[in-house]
Amino acid sequence: MTEEHPEAGSLDAEGLRRRTADLLAAHPPATTDPLAFLRARFDAGLAWVHFPPGLGGLDAPRALQVVVDTELEAAGAPDNNPRRIGIGLGMAAPTILRFGTDEQKKRFLRPLWTGEEVWCQLFSEPGAGSDLAALATRAVRDGDHWTVDGQKVWTSGAHQARWAILIARTDPELPKHRGITYFVCDLTDPGVDVRPLRQITGEAEFNEVFLTGVRIPDAHRLGEVGEGWKVAQTTLMNERVAIGGARMPREGGMIGVAAQAWRARPEARTHDLHQRLLGLWVEAEVARLTGERLRQQLAKGQPGPEGSGMKLAFARLAQQISGWEVEFLAEDGLAYDDWTLRRPEGVDFTGREAGYRYLRAKGNSIEGGTSEVLLNIVAERVLGLPPEPRTDKDVAWKDLPR
Amino acid sequence: MTAPSRAQAAPAQPGAAPDLLYSEPEDDLRAAVRSLLTDRGGPAAVLADLESGRTHDTGLWRALAADMGTAGLLVPEKLGGQGASAREAAVVLEELGRSVAPVPYLTSAVLAVTALLGCETDRPEVAAPLAALAEGHSVGVLAVPLPTAPGTLPEPAVRADADGALSGEVTGVADAAAADVLLVPADGPYGYALYAVDANANGVRTAPGTPLDLTRTPARVTLDRAAGRLLAGQDTARAAVTGALLAGAGLLASEQLGIAEWCLAETVRHTAQRTQFGRPVGSFQALKHRMAALWLEVASARAAARNAADALATGSPDARVAVAVAQAYCAPVAVRAAEECIQLHGGIGMTWEHPAHLFLKRAKADEIALGTPGRHRAALAELADLQAP
Repeated sequence: MTEEHPEAGSLDAEGLRRRTADLLAAHPPATTDPLAFLRARFDAGLAWVHFPPGLGGLDAPRALQVVVDTELEAAGAPDNNPRRIGIGLGMAAPTILRFGTDEQKKRFLRPLWTGEEVWCQLFSEPGAGSDLAALATRAVRDGDHWTVDGQKVWTSGAHQARWAILIARTDPELPKHRGITYFVCDLTDPGVDVRPLRQITGEAEFNEVFLTGVRIPDAHRLGEVGEGWKVAQTTLMNERVAIGGARMPREGGMIGVAAQAWRARPEARTHDLHQRLLGLWVEAEVARLTGERLRQQLAKGQPGPEGSGMKLAFARLAQQISGWEVEFLAEDGLAYDDWTLRRPEGVDFTGREAGYRYLRAKGNSIEGGTSEVLLNIVAERVLGLPPEPRTDKDVAWKDLPR
Repeated sequence: MTAPSRAQAAPAQPGAAPDLLYSEPEDDLRAAVRSLLTDRGGPAAVLADLESGRTHDTGLWRALAADMGTAGLLVPEKLGGQGASAREAAVVLEELGRSVAPVPYLTSAVLAVTALLGCETDRPEVAAPLAALAEGHSVGVLAVPLPTAPGTLPEPAVRADADGALSGEVTGVADAAAADVLLVPADGPYGYALYAVDANANGVRTAPGTPLDLTRTPARVTLDRAAGRLLAGQDTARAAVTGALLAGAGLLASEQLGIAEWCLAETVRHTAQRTQFGRPVGSFQALKHRMAALWLEVASARAAARNAADALATGSPDARVAVAVAQAYCAPVAVRAAEECIQLHGGIGMTWEHPAHLFLKRAKADEIALGTPGRHRAALAELADLQAP
């Protein structure tokens, strides 16, 4: 795992192809246990090539990851089921890399990437949604440990996770952004109580997590005491980068489901639904092109501000298209496939049936930043419009109305 | 419940990924065009000039088309042009949209030039006017009504005699008053054919009306035994006109992008400064959310317009889809941007002295030009296999 990589940093596509071929030769996927293969891949620096050597990468350009992925996919190599461990890969890992100690990086990143340890995120609270910095979960220092009490909500995967990234209030006397600290929380602690949170689809992707006297060693703090808000910005920024990443074919998302339904059911077509479908098809195609343009900018190392807006368009379209589809299905739209409380491993917005898709899409404009907050971000950070007057920025957190 | 069958054929996919960015030479071209337009006073100068009753700015056209060479961007060098492509012409149109400049770029350097390029360019009857348009020394317009959409070639309103004399009347011909040469589709001894007619020849009458868009004036063109030179006949002529309308519609999206960009930028600038209730009005969420939503639409329009320009430049088999998508999307975005610009400016936005109305009028006329959004969506019903009931 600590093997030296003298050429790291000067790697090109050809060099990565060669290393991938070496990995496949040493660990043939057909005869290697999948977990053993993933560990070997991590140790070869081919897990996330832009990470440092020894931590699953080779300091190579991020854009070259696709070279490795393509070769491995063609060879039938197992992947780490990224949908199952999305929070670990997209949010915990970049934060640990940026703010973690050497010990933390060595301990956490490898099992995170191989999927041996699943991660979740303990950020939102019943009283701190859009205003995340108002969070009330308390962490009180006790020697070389912290004792944590509070309640978190909208935690996907907490029932499968081994670890959580957690932000908690360590100094209520300071204004809200300044008294927060960032921790890694062990979910096997007896003070952690995970309860399913049933949502409008009938299933429970998410959880409420109650923290009662949870003990966290100070060695599991990420960043300095009181710097948690700054650390959390890294986590949240990476969430947005991840959204803009993948390339999509025409009719790749919700619009493809609707278009296929239209083609399959000539008897259900009406002129009104036709006009609306064509309008949605155009908007979905343009959203796809906007994502493609953003991807091309990122590949050239010129990230544009379009990323902030992509989620807005995605949420609106997912909601309108899925609503259109339920209406198009008419009598079949009156039925629902299953209200049983289930605990899905991941979420597929275009999965199950039309009723599920319609209801699940309601979350798209709320999760990961509401559309209203994203519009504020675009207006203030992209367009440079003046902020709203704020009354809560310089007041001690303990004195804020709640 | 019955699941819909998923066994249908997948939709046609675009081929190689389009290049949706701007190259360095394209950025340089933009800087040069913007600098010229800024030097000439921008929208405020356009507004002042309107009072003179001129329908177009001949001085600006000479500087832009001839001196800078942008009239020949679509024309190969061996035919007297610059040997560039629709990608570069699109950048020029973005800047012209941003300044509502009254010059016949779309009509002459895109529509007329593309129609001529669709004819046999080794024939002198075609090569001579093409070279003159490419050099910017002559202005040409395709004599079809401005609302004509690609793919819906109307029956010609003009008849050709055996001796090439043309008679008939075409309405809504944009920039006809600026034209030196008219490219006229006509029915005659060769069936559907395309003719060139000198605008000042005997029997040609051009009557501009009072236009909604004061910066691109449509006119009624009446031909009474006017002398025409045959450019192309039958399928070649149809393909030349269809190709011109497709290129025009695709590149119009870039002009619409430029219009929307100016409207958003001016609105942001104004609302960040304008103070009411003791604070800049741009700090109110009710306003900033509207501008943020508009910003997203402008960013999306840029992707759609670049996609259309790239598809036209590379001769992509996906060009018809790309153009229809760009027009269906960008036309309403330009109109909404202009409408929001006026509303969020408050009272000043409703005055003649503020240039916002020039952008609204151009945006609304552009929405009708070369196919309304609804016509382009209807085209997509066929192209994307989403058949009507």
